[in-house]
Amino acid sequence: MKIALTSLFVDDQRAALAFYTEVLGFNKRHDIPLGDDFWLTVVSPESPDGPELLLEPAGHPAVKPYRDALAEDGIPLAQFAVDDIEAEHARLTSKGVVFTQPPTDIGTAFVAVFDDTCGNLIQLIEMKPDENHADAH
Amino acid sequence: MVDVFRALDDETRRLVLDELSARDGQTLFEICSVLAMRHGLSLTRQAISQHLGVLESAGLVETERRGRSKFHYFNPEPLAEITGRWPTRKRTEQ
Repeated sequence: MKIALTSLFVDDQRAALAFYTEVLGFNKRHDIPLGDDFWLTVVSPESPDGPELLLEPAGHPAVKPYRDALAEDGIPLAQFAVDDIEAEHARLTSKGVVFTQPPTDIGTAFVAVFDDTCGNLIQLIEMKPDENHADAH
Repeated sequence: MVDVFRALDDETRRLVLDELSARDGQTLFEICSVLAMRHGLSLTRQAISQHLGVLESAGLVETERRGRSKFHYFNPEPLAEITGRWPTRKRTEQ
C-alpha cells in the first residue's frame, strides 16, 4: 500500500490551481469536470509519478469552521519538502505569499508556514542532512 | 502583580516567555512545536493553550489576530513593576 493521493479543501478551485501551479510551481495532472466542480489534481515536477494533491471544493458546511479553527492556532494542513527553505521563503515572499512562521530551526529541520490563499496553512520543511544520515544508522 | 509571580512560577511558562522574547509573534502551533523540538516537552496543545492563558491574564503575553491566525507577543512591562518595587542598584564598594 502507498499514498497515491491526498487532498486539501480550497475555496475556489480555479484560483487554487493558479496558486499551486504559477506560484508554488506544481504541475496540473487531472482536470476533469464533475458537475459544478472539478477533479483537479497537481503533482510535483520533482516526482511527476508521485503522490497527487487533490484541490477539493470547500463547499461542505463542516469545512469552514474546521479550517478557521486550525488557521487561528496556526496549524498547517499539509507539509511540502524543500531543499533550501531560505531560498523558497525568499522566492515565495517576492511573489506576495504571506508567511505566518518564517524559516525556523526546530532542531532536526527548518520549518516555515505560509497561507496558500485558498483557506489553508502549508508547512515547508528542510531536513538537516546530518540528521538524515544519523537516522539511517 | 500577584498574577505575575504566579505566572512566572512554572518552568514551561518561563520557556514560553524565553521563546517569545527570542522571536515574537508566534502561533500556538509554533509555540507547541518549539517546546517539543527544542525543549523536549511533550505537552498537549490544550495544556500549552492554558499556560498561554495564564501568561495572558498576567499581562505578560498579548495576542493579536492577523488575517485568520492568532499571534502571541511577549509584553515585559509587568516585569518592570517588580524591579520598580525592588530596584536592583549596583552596590558600589567604596
